[in-house]
Amino acid sequence: MAIEMSQFYQVFFEEAAEHLAAMESLLLSMDIDNPDEEELNAVFRAAHSIKGSSGTFGFTDMAEVTHVMETLLDMVRKGEARPSSDMVDACLVAGDVLRNLLGAHRGENEADREAALAICGRLEQLCRALSQDAAEGSLGSVGEGPVAGGNDFELNFVPDEAIRTNPALAENLLAELGGLGTVVSSDTGEERAHWRVRIQTDESADSLRGVIEFVAAPGSVMILPANVGILSSDEDGAYGFFEPVQADDADEAYGFFTELPPLPGGADDSAGETAYGLFEPAPAKPSTPPVAEEADDGSFGLFAPLEASTPVAKPEVVTGTAIEALPAPAVAAPTPSKMAKPTGDSGSIRVGVEKVDQMINLVGELVITQAMLTQAASRVDPVLHERLVNGLAQLERNTRDLQESVMSIRMMPISVVFSRFPRVVRDISQKLGKQVELKMSGESTELDKGLVERITDPLTHLVRNSLDHGVESPERRIEAGKRPSGTITLRAYHQSGNIVIEVGDDGAGLNRAKILSKARERGLPAHDGMSDAEVWQLIFEPGFSTADQVTEVSGRGVGMDVVKRNIASLGGRIEIESMGGVGTRMTVRLPLTLAILDGMSVGVGAETYIVPLGYVIESLQPTPAMMCSISGADRLVQVRGDYLPVISLREIFNVAGAQQDRTKGIMVILEADGARAALFVDALIGQHQVVIKSLEANYRRVPGISGATIMGDGHVALILDAAALVSMARRALPAAA
Amino acid sequence: MAKTVLTVDDSASIRQMVSFTLKSAGYEVVSANDGMDGLEKAKARQVNLVLTDQNMPRMDGLSLIKTLRGLPQYKAVPILMLTTESSDAMKSQGRAAGATGWLVKPFDPQKLIELVRKVIG
Repeated sequence: MAIEMSQFYQVFFEEAAEHLAAMESLLLSMDIDNPDEEELNAVFRAAHSIKGSSGTFGFTDMAEVTHVMETLLDMVRKGEARPSSDMVDACLVAGDVLRNLLGAHRGENEADREAALAICGRLEQLCRALSQDAAEGSLGSVGEGPVAGGNDFELNFVPDEAIRTNPALAENLLAELGGLGTVVSSDTGEERAHWRVRIQTDESADSLRGVIEFVAAPGSVMILPANVGILSSDEDGAYGFFEPVQADDADEAYGFFTELPPLPGGADDSAGETAYGLFEPAPAKPSTPPVAEEADDGSFGLFAPLEASTPVAKPEVVTGTAIEALPAPAVAAPTPSKMAKPTGDSGSIRVGVEKVDQMINLVGELVITQAMLTQAASRVDPVLHERLVNGLAQLERNTRDLQESVMSIRMMPISVVFSRFPRVVRDISQKLGKQVELKMSGESTELDKGLVERITDPLTHLVRNSLDHGVESPERRIEAGKRPSGTITLRAYHQSGNIVIEVGDDGAGLNRAKILSKARERGLPAHDGMSDAEVWQLIFEPGFSTADQVTEVSGRGVGMDVVKRNIASLGGRIEIESMGGVGTRMTVRLPLTLAILDGMSVGVGAETYIVPLGYVIESLQPTPAMMCSISGADRLVQVRGDYLPVISLREIFNVAGAQQDRTKGIMVILEADGARAALFVDALIGQHQVVIKSLEANYRRVPGISGATIMGDGHVALILDAAALVSMARRALPAAA
Repeated sequence: MAKTVLTVDDSASIRQMVSFTLKSAGYEVVSANDGMDGLEKAKARQVNLVLTDQNMPRMDGLSLIKTLRGLPQYKAVPILMLTTESSDAMKSQGRAAGATGWLVKPFDPQKLIELVRKVIG
């Protein structure tokens, strides 16, 4: 029966990605001088886990990298070597390499084999350096146990071809082993193919291994303390059974095992004595436990019951490439670990996003149906149809709750995005020679999964930008009387139905004069009377960059406009606050979800439009004195000293029967991208939560419209793209003037 | 009645693989995602074989084996440990803790079935 491994790949991919992310954040937060033991264990466990499963699923390239990494981390974890920043760097690079390999297996990118080889070499070098240090630092600290005089090992290996065919060489080898200690017994097996040598020696298992590996078939060496009995294992050593630890009085429990011919005993504790006895180490009494059978590659084995003292004729003992030298005390304390979070998936299930999306869509339809029913029911007499009305009220509540809980399935904490920034900041600040501290808050703020995926790149760009242009070099900072190390602050929080993400720095701030002169150079509309907010918005213009020098990190003038476009496509906006010498803060506002919007419905003629509530500042009815005409048309409205361009939906969308007299309609003041405009409508209708339907998917893109929705009465209402309307209005002004 | 195997591993992919493999070989499978969880599941339902990873958060494999061996109902139940190296040290520790045998990761599903058949039939 063949088991199709590919069915487990997806789970493995997700799991490996989680482990890599956890490993990276642990490495970044690690205090090198005083590392937390549990953190070291968690990093080790992540590497170890990836290694185990990648090997099992046949992703050997990943297994190789994690193997070396694990060896290195194991040394550190056991306290044999101190962690160094070099080591952390190497592990971070290894994490990148693993991510690349993982991506390659997922078919997302090309595998970078050279990088994989390079990092393996670098990690191996570190391992060697560390083990040397450790050996110099304290004798025999690599592995515990080897104490002078008292080691009793059983060596199992398959010798190489030369020894198998040449008895003289075999004699030599035995003599050489004899030189290392006392050979208690030796069995070279049939045709000298499988050696089992019991030796009492002062040498450690490692040095014995060093001698034997020279003459043994690769990966075939297994060195066991002689008191570990192996009953049997399969021909290729993939598994094995232990011989039970010496028991005082075997009761029926053992009988169960002895009845099965090749099977070992399982219980190693006498029935009378309870648990504590089990924690005693196996008695170090010399014994010659037989290996009944063991796999050629050492992948499994069973230990023989102690009673079975007859040596087995043909031991086939071969192990994989065991690097671990000697036992370290196992971490037995059941302390809650930080790793438990990403891997502990008890009580959770993984569901395909499309299933959730389908559910969200259906709930959206339900919301519309419910609104229709409510509207229809508003015409019946509530006294006569009390139960109907009550039922509908309950339906409304249930629908709202259902909608909320369905939406929350798609919600993810923003820490998913934030978690990459410690690394970004570390790498870039190193590259730029700046000292930067990253502060994050509100990591648990939740937002839609779709937003999480699409906000990552824009945010990364903003952080890079702050690092490169915001925070000054340590010298410049000291000159300015600041601490040499700068701070980048990432904050996320909810504010009136929006999620707000701030990227702030305590750097030099934006230079107004420089931006203005650069803007003029590029032929952008810029004048000295512009407000600061408007000036700052100029940096989002395509091709704009004030960097005097193009650096590796940023300054090529690509990016900020893309950042703004990306954020706008998510229904969000970005604002900049900056003060010379104090710092800059970029604030990104995003809707909580891409599926539902808080909107104000307005009437123009027979049409209803939805204005996203986040853009609305205020509404007012203009008096004739407030209106200003340009070229005979009322193009401006004066609101408390500010002249705002008027957006007339009647003109833009050619709406028939709409109010033309400005003083008889209502001005809704909108603010987008730091600029304001007044939207002229006939009437305000109300405030709704609307389910967004894409106009592009159902019709085509229309400038000034961001989507559509179905109202409670079944009519379609268009959702206005406030940002686009404001900029259209402001662009139209100079043309009309 | 089908024999029940408890598989304890913090890796979801390995858990799924072991579970699928053993189920297709006709065993019932209970999964646990760390030693602590494994202990609870083993207490809640008597199983015929425990298959445990070593390196796990909260409670590692060795501690699980030791704790299980301290329970009267698990004194004689075979416990196999999954180890990533066929590390000698790990084997001697496993044996001392009371494991019945070991299986080296990475492993072939066939090998797993072979081993489990050997132990519980």
